[in-house]
Amino acid sequence: MEKIIAVNGLKKSFGRLEVLKNVSCDFASGGVVSILGPNASGKTTLIKSILGMVIPDGGEILFQGRSVVNTFDYKRHIGYMPQIGHYPDNMTIGQLFKMVMDIRQQDAVDTELLKAYQLESMYQKTMRTLSGGTLQKVSAALAFMFNPDVLILDEPSAGLDPLAAEALKEKILEEKSKGKLILVTSHILSEADEISDHILYLFEGQIKFYKTLTDLKLETGEQKLSKALTQILSSPSC
Amino acid sequence: MLKIAKYIILDIVRSKVLLAYTLLLLAISLTIFLSDADVTKGLVSITTVILIIVPLVSIVYATTYYFNAAEFTEMLVSQPISRRNILLGKFIGISSSILLAFFIGVCIPVCLFAFSATGITLMISGCLLTLSFISLAFLTSTITRDKAKGIGLALMLWFYFSIIFDGLVLMFLTLFADYPLEKAMIVLTALNPIDLARILILLQLDISALMGYTGALYQEFFGSGIGIVFSLLMQMIWIIVPLFFALKIFKKKDL
Repeated sequence: MEKIIAVNGLKKSFGRLEVLKNVSCDFASGGVVSILGPNASGKTTLIKSILGMVIPDGGEILFQGRSVVNTFDYKRHIGYMPQIGHYPDNMTIGQLFKMVMDIRQQDAVDTELLKAYQLESMYQKTMRTLSGGTLQKVSAALAFMFNPDVLILDEPSAGLDPLAAEALKEKILEEKSKGKLILVTSHILSEADEISDHILYLFEGQIKFYKTLTDLKLETGEQKLSKALTQILSSPSC
Repeated sequence: MLKIAKYIILDIVRSKVLLAYTLLLLAISLTIFLSDADVTKGLVSITTVILIIVPLVSIVYATTYYFNAAEFTEMLVSQPISRRNILLGKFIGISSSILLAFFIGVCIPVCLFAFSATGITLMISGCLLTLSFISLAFLTSTITRDKAKGIGLALMLWFYFSIIFDGLVLMFLTLFADYPLEKAMIVLTALNPIDLARILILLQLDISALMGYTGALYQEFFGSGIGIVFSLLMQMIWIIVPLFFALKIFKKKDL
């Protein structure tokens, strides 16, 4: 599989707090990687570093072999869904989509989620009037809209209703079958269990393990990700 | 960056705060012009009010808007666009919206009632003042991470430029009363965008004779062509320099 994102020796601290301590990992296209870990383990910081929102103190991030420092063109190939979507109060959904199309100079190619979430009928609604769940739907639709090679989803199902979360999950699996790389952070293990190919477990800013889901289950002899995780994390060897 | 500016304008134009600001300025200008037959006196009154309200609203509104759109900025950074263009786009968007309010609230009434050299100076100074305080707002917003701190700093800057600064100048004058301070005063004035605007406007009115010797010196300097160019240039510096530093900080900031 082709390496699409390579992270080498990434370091980042906020003040005295070391959030990422020498993280190195590669992500290949055509798979779902779940980034798991307790709160404050550096999941979001890792994602934000890849997106150029957080500027690393050390190490490098390569996107298709090129360093991402001080560049922005590579973001054309990334769709990002933030943890909390929050947009200017008086902007309408339609305007937001139009603005992103203008910035990317791309048309909305993939409107599947827009249709699934029935957002098209709400184009005139302003952001202020939307509920948290609807905002998440808007963010999700925006991430998939331009058919990017890489999708980065930060806690995608938080705040979504069960049906919407199901639609998103199906969308993720569909995109995976098209050979895309999807990075997901999540706290919901049953969900990660259903969609993931690889599990990247971060703990206190370091990678505790990065394995395929199948390997993980084989090693522990468990059928469920949650049980496998518990077993691995409670064993003294790591 | 103009793309971002366009959508920010579309957003702000529909906000109630901007509408209220426009109406407030319009109400002030109209009441002053309609209640006083003497247009020159009217301009002085408007100057006094504008020099307090315009910087305050510009800096507080821009800071608040910046912080409220923090997640939106994050979203923009995840798109293929440089950080420089994001910040400049925001600056152009926010400042054109606030300038629009100033234009409707002040420029139109002034053009209708008191179109003169003084009127034009008032309009230009007001616009430059708006821009320099939005620029300062961008600096405070990029320096701080926290909304409360950011707005607090913005208010402190406003308080400093509109009140404390004059107090310091007065103290300086009393302390060094025995020395010739005329040249020093001109330099001191350049350190405060509000003072620059005030002096430029007041000197257009023939009341500088009331300000004594310093007034005469001001008249000689700021009334001359070079003086006007100098003060316009200084006001430009007050717009460009804070924005430049904001840009520098924003490029390296973790969101």
